[in-house]
Order: sequence, then C-alpha cells, then structure tokens
Amino acid sequence: MLITCPYCGPRDVSEYTYQGDGNRTRPEPASTDQEAWNAYVYDRVNIAGAHHEIWQHSGGCRAHLAVVRSTTTHKIASVGFVREAGHRKHERHARPGAKA
Amino acid sequence: MAEYSAFALLKNALSGNRDWRPAWRKPDPKPTYDVIIVGGGGHGLSTAYYLAKEHGITNVAVLEKGYLGSGNVGRNTVTVRSNYLLPQNIRFYEHSMKMWEELSHDLNYNVMFSQRGVLALGHSPGQIDEFARRGNAMRHLGVDAELMDVAAIKKLMPGIDETASARFPIVGGLMQRRAGTARHDAVAWGYARAADRRGVDILENCEVNGFIKDGDRVVGVTTSRGEIRAKKIAVAVAGSTGHVMRMAGVDRLPIESHVLQAFVTESIKPFLDTVVTFGMGHFYMNQSDKGGLVYGGDIDGYNSYAQRGNLPIVEDVMSEMLALFPSLAPVRVLRSWGGIMDMSMDGSPIITTGPLPGMYLNCGWCYGGFKATPASGFCFAHTIARDQPHEFNAPFSLDRFHSGAVIDDKGQGATPRLH
Ligand SMILES: Cc1cc2nc3c(=O)[nH]c(=O)nc-3n(C[C@H](O)[C@H](O)[C@H](O)COP(=O)(O)OP(=O)(O)OC[C@H]3O[C@@H](n4cnc5c(N)ncnc54)[C@H](O)[C@@H]3O)c2cc1C
Ligand SMILES: [Zn+2]
Repeated sequence: MLITCPYCGPRDVSEYTYQGDGNRTRPEPASTDQEAWNAYVYDRVNIAGAHHEIWQHSGGCRAHLAVVRSTTTHKIASVGFVREAGHRKHERHARPGAKA
Repeated sequence: MAEYSAFALLKNALSGNRDWRPAWRKPDPKPTYDVIIVGGGGHGLSTAYYLAKEHGITNVAVLEKGYLGSGNVGRNTVTVRSNYLLPQNIRFYEHSMKMWEELSHDLNYNVMFSQRGVLALGHSPGQIDEFARRGNAMRHLGVDAELMDVAAIKKLMPGIDETASARFPIVGGLMQRRAGTARHDAVAWGYARAADRRGVDILENCEVNGFIKDGDRVVGVTTSRGEIRAKKIAVAVAGSTGHVMRMAGVDRLPIESHVLQAFVTESIKPFLDTVVTFGMGHFYMNQSDKGGLVYGGDIDGYNSYAQRGNLPIVEDVMSEMLALFPSLAPVRVLRSWGGIMDMSMDGSPIITTGPLPGMYLNCGWCYGGFKATPASGFCFAHTIARDQPHEFNAPFSLDRFHSGAVIDDKGQGATPRLH
C-alpha cells in the first residue's frame, strides 16, 4: 500500500503510523460531558467502505494526514493535512510506542 | 449409539460406505424461527448447539453467507489456552478449556484437541517477573502454569536459539501444559452436525443484507434467500460486526475490523511439539500434524475488511521467526492468508443482550476467539435463552465501556491495534 504524502509524495505504508478513526471529535479538555468523552474514546465508525482516518508520516515529514481509504480494497481516495481538514488534534494523545 | 463409532465404521466399510448420512442437511429457510443466529462460524454454530442441548430451543436457524468454515473458524492458527492475567478472563477461558477437554466426546466428533502445551518466552528479568505474577494469578484460580528456565526450554525445543548472542536472548518462559491446539475445521463441522441432529437448520449461502424492525425492536432479517422472521435474533459475525450492525442502524460500536495474516510452510520432520510465543515481538508458531509450521504475528494495524494482508507484516513475521529459530531460514513458505478480526477497545469480547430490543450480540474476539468457541456458544446460548448473562460472561457486557469496568488484560488502553 502506498500513501501519497502531500509534502513527500508516494511512500510505502511502512513509513506511516496509523492513528485511527478520523470521525471522532475530541471534547474540549474542560468538558465533563461523559457521553461525549465515552464516544470519543471508545466508539468507532468501522465502516466497510470509504473510511476517514488519520495517519502520521512518522518516517518522513511527520505531518498528520487526513486520509480517505476504502477498507475493502485499500484504495485511497484522498490525502490532505489534518489541520486543513479541520480535524481536532487528538493524535497528540496516541500512546507512545505505537507500532507502525 | 454414537453415529461415529468403531462399530459404525466396520458396518459401513462392509456396505461400501454408501449409508453414511450427510453431516448436516441443506434445508430451505422456514418463514419464522424462535431464534435466528447470523453467522455460521464456530461461535454461531456452538451457540445453536447449546441452545438445543442446554435449553431445549431447537427451532433455530444459523444463517451463513458463504459455506461453513469460510470465516475465521477455518482461518486461525488453532491455539487453545487459558493463560490470562485478569480473573474475568481466566474464569471464562478456563471454562472453555474444560469444555475442550470433553468436546470430542460431547460432539461425537474428533476435533483433534491436542494438549501439547503453550510456552510463552520471556527475554528480560522483568518479563519473567510478570510471568510469575501471571502464573500465580492462574494457579490461584486452579489453572495450571509453570515457569521454565532456559535449559528446560532448550530441551523442549532443540531448534531454538537459546544462546546469549541471540538477537533477543531468552531468559525463561511460562508454560501451560494443558493448553494446545485443535483441528479448526473439525470444530465447525462437529458443532454443525451436532446442532443439525438436534433440529437446527443450517442455511448456507444465505447472506443477511438487512434487518426487519418493528419500531426499535428487531423482528427479522432480509437475506439472499428471502425474508426470515424470529422472536430473537443473535449476531455472531466476528470481523463483519461493524458492517452487519450498521444494517440494523447501530452505526458506532467499540469495535474495529483488522486483518490478521497467517502462514504455513512446507512439511518438515517433527521440529516443534508445543506451541511457542515470542515475548519480544508478536509471533506464535506450532507444527501441524501434517508437518507444516503454522505461524503468525501482528495484525496489519489499520481498519480492513479485505481477507488478505500487506507485505510489511509479512517481513516482520518472518524476521521474528528467524530471530527465534535461525535454522528455519531455508524452509519454504507454502501459503499465507488473512482473516478479519473484530478488535475491541479493551481486547476482550462482548457477549450481551441488545444493543436493540430482540437482538443479542457476540463479538470483539480480537486475536483469540478460537479457543473461546465452546464457552462463547455456551454463554451466548444462556444469554439468549434466559435474557440474562451466565456468570462467566456477565463481565463481558457492552455497557462496560460506559461504566468503566473494562477488561484490559494487556493494559494497552483503547487502541485496538495494540491488543
Ligand atoms: C489468521 C488468524 C489466526 C488466529 N489464530 C487464533 C488462535 O491461534 N487462537 C485463537 O483462539 N483464535 C485465533 N484467531 C481468532 C479466531 O479465529 C476468531 O476470534 C474466531 O474464530 C471468531 O469466531 P467465529 O469462529 O464465529 O468467526 P467466523 O468463523 O469468522 O464466523 C463468522 C461468520 O459470519 C459470517 N457472516 C458475516 N457476515 C454475514 C452476513 N451478512 N450474513 C450471514 N453470515 C455472515 C461469515 O461468513 C463467517 O462465516 C485467529 C484469527 C485469524 C484471522
Ligand atoms: Zn510526508
């Protein structure tokens, strides 16, 4: 699988770290809305088809990327920067030591 | 008398083997059943069997989109063990282990359960301390566990690199001798036959493509073989859970689907007579009765519904194999395949009533659901028949993610690819 980083061009998937489901919204840190936190931490869309997800180009420019990928064919429909796609930066909270 | 016996073998041999009955019928779907089980994998079939056997509910249909055994039950690497750390897991998987020990007799079908032992290797003193803690937790609940030193490990598997110059030198291991392997297809076939004989309809090539609802309540399914209704509808579709539950209107669950690859080599002479797992990465291997080495490692690590994997993990698994057993370098790989697993957020399964009225859900088996097949069916049947969990699956509720009572044996948090 190749992912085309907007900075670096097409690179092998092993250069990237998967940061998971991009459909989630991280509540504001001060929020005490338990349902919202619960949904953010545990609930996943897990669709068979076009999936919005976050990848980090950890072996390259280190940018966080918003990727739309088919989970049935692995075809990638689009790659953009997370900040431009308006995603919240929940990827900062991914556990250290995450495997690529 | 048992359908399969020495006497039956003799009798059928003398009559030219013309009188064996097919292992299960191929009935047409009835318009209604008491219980519909979606998914004809190991768990769906065992659930049907225990519904009939333990609860007398025989007006049951198992709906399978392909042929029996085409899912994970026929794709896994056959390890059966109960060496967990947390008491909820130890109790559940040990219940399963006890059922495995009786399964061939219970089903009158040889599932080739082989208690060849499962050895986890440790590569640092800290890891051995963790093994001692885990072994004590197991023994505390009556499960066998034994710490092994390097000399004993070398004796058990002469092919291993136990030297100090190994890439990850071995410090010791935790052995569960009662653990082992079983023949995965036989488990599906044995449960299918035993359920069929008790009246369960097994409907192959019957794909569920929608749910019929009355308000919130699920009252039936639409399938490639028409509409079928039931009082209770149970879903046990392993890696397809997200996709199937979305059809019922449940569009978010604490589940992600991921591919796990497995490999088998050409047959070689007896090399390894136990199951071994590697503590410095993720690798596990056993030798099949035919002589091939069967092994696997990590999941590919991103959501997938494709039953094939990608190359980086292939390289990863091969390098781990050679780190442990350098002598296997010339052995050729015959084939590899992938299966889709439903990774839950805490690494533990979900066996529950709901999430909609009239519905029951069995999912979240991650890497390890084959060993659970008997206990999963037993507990799910209880949950369906009584509308409440058995004591062994009570902790495995869907609600635990809300209440905070998660069961995270590895302590990895809500990152499925790390479980
Ligand atoms: C490569 C690999 C190695 C593994 N190794 C081990 C191991 O060593 N030990 C262990 O304990 N576990 C292991 N597992 C995990 C284990 O195989 C699974 O957790 C377990 O088999 C899942 O339960 P099941 O058998 O019912 O699933 P499956 O056999 O996958 O059953 C689900 C069934 O549902 C059907 N289905 C899906 N959608 C529909 C629909 N819409 N309509 C009708 N039917 C549908 C599928 O076709 C499938 O047959 C491994 C898994 C893989 C992939
Ligand atoms: Zn880049």
